[in-house]
Amino acid sequence: MRDRIRKLIAERKVIAVDVDSLSDSADLYEAGLSSFASIQFMLALEDAFDVEFPERMLTRKTFASIEAIDRSLSELLTERV
Amino acid sequence: MALPSRTIEELRAPAERMRAVAEIAARHSADVDREGRFPREAIDALKAERLMAVMIPTRFGGEGLGLLEVAELCTILGQACGSTAMVYAMHQIKASSLVSHGGESPWHAGFMREMVAEQYLLASATTEGGIGGDLRNSLCAVEVKDGRFTLEKDATVISYGLYADAILVTCRRAPDAQSSDQSMVVVKQGDYSLAKTTGWDTLGMRGTCSEGFRLVSSGDAAQIFPQPFSEIAAQSMLSASHILWGAVWFGIAADAVARAQAYVRAAARKQPGSVPPGALRLAEVVAMLQDMKASVVAGVVRYEAALKSPDELSSIGFAVEMNNLKVTTSQRGAQIVTHAMLITGLSGYKNDTPFSVGRHLRDITSAAIMISNDRILSNTSNLLLVSRFDTSLVN
Repeated sequence: MRDRIRKLIAERKVIAVDVDSLSDSADLYEAGLSSFASIQFMLALEDAFDVEFPERMLTRKTFASIEAIDRSLSELLTERV
Repeated sequence: MALPSRTIEELRAPAERMRAVAEIAARHSADVDREGRFPREAIDALKAERLMAVMIPTRFGGEGLGLLEVAELCTILGQACGSTAMVYAMHQIKASSLVSHGGESPWHAGFMREMVAEQYLLASATTEGGIGGDLRNSLCAVEVKDGRFTLEKDATVISYGLYADAILVTCRRAPDAQSSDQSMVVVKQGDYSLAKTTGWDTLGMRGTCSEGFRLVSSGDAAQIFPQPFSEIAAQSMLSASHILWGAVWFGIAADAVARAQAYVRAAARKQPGSVPPGALRLAEVVAMLQDMKASVVAGVVRYEAALKSPDELSSIGFAVEMNNLKVTTSQRGAQIVTHAMLITGLSGYKNDTPFSVGRHLRDITSAAIMISNDRILSNTSNLLLVSRFDTSLVN
């Protein structure tokens, strides 16, 4: 799942730096993730994983790192099963 | 200026002290507006009444007032002089960042104590040449070496920059950081020099003296806030700005309505038994004023509920509501003052009658463009691609 997230970040050019240079726990906002890009990235994730982020997950923290995104997505995908 | 030191117990209630300041501000408002000068008398009065550091927690010597109480103070002052109230609101927005994010940092905690003792006026340098009003991006960067920082900024707006005791400056975290990877630094008088680059001859809010400067500063690296600016912006600045601006605009609108009402009453007295022509519009404008008040109050209530959780404060739903508060109150305020002008007619249009609302009208036009409503709406439109409006009446 983390690889798919990484691929999306690279494909959608979510941040200006090379995603391969970031660890799973690296702060994406520090890496240049803007408020606008984070929303566009959320939409891309919703599309790719066929999920919808509930309101409670729409916080800064949810999208702060690849790890955090993985955690939120896993939670949503588990709920669905 | 030497300030008498008083214990908190010796101080009167903040609103009462602010009413005393408002009297002074009202006396000078026409001159401040005409000359486009800094409201020196009212700011000195604010310092003498010890109203600058009211938000600072009691553990640092302040009065620990919440945003609702400070909003009320802004509204009181806004009814007397829009420029003075906006200076006060902008100062308190900076203070709120210190309160929310400075408590754990020894330098910032010490600075808060100093603010209380010296009744500092804080200014803000966020706007930058090449970036404009986009708060969340910077070109300039702070450089740290051997425990000292240096920072230069082409700050195209620093409201009352020349009159401030300290300035909170946004910048990139380091020379190699992305433009959105920002820090905020407190620079005190003595740490910085300002070379004026642009003037402030404007339609309204003329007393805020929001001139542009080239800021050159250096100091102790500890003056840099430990948190990233993105956190400060989301958790304290956004809401404090929109709530306190809304409170100032509400004050301006309320005074314009008070003048319109006085005008209608005077007309009614002259013709007993008949309802004057402006009375219907007055009823309408009071309903609008009530609506504006409800927006500001709901904004504060929403903020205070969100305060209980940092996650909530940085949630998209909260940002949408705070954005809407700004857009709504700025538009409402302008409608209300325009309405007041229609009621007062020529008496309101003239600058020298008790019913004049020209200054109010010019001041309130700034509301839609200080952080442009278009920018805010386009930001909100992006957020609404994922966030849904909370339709419950009671959270």
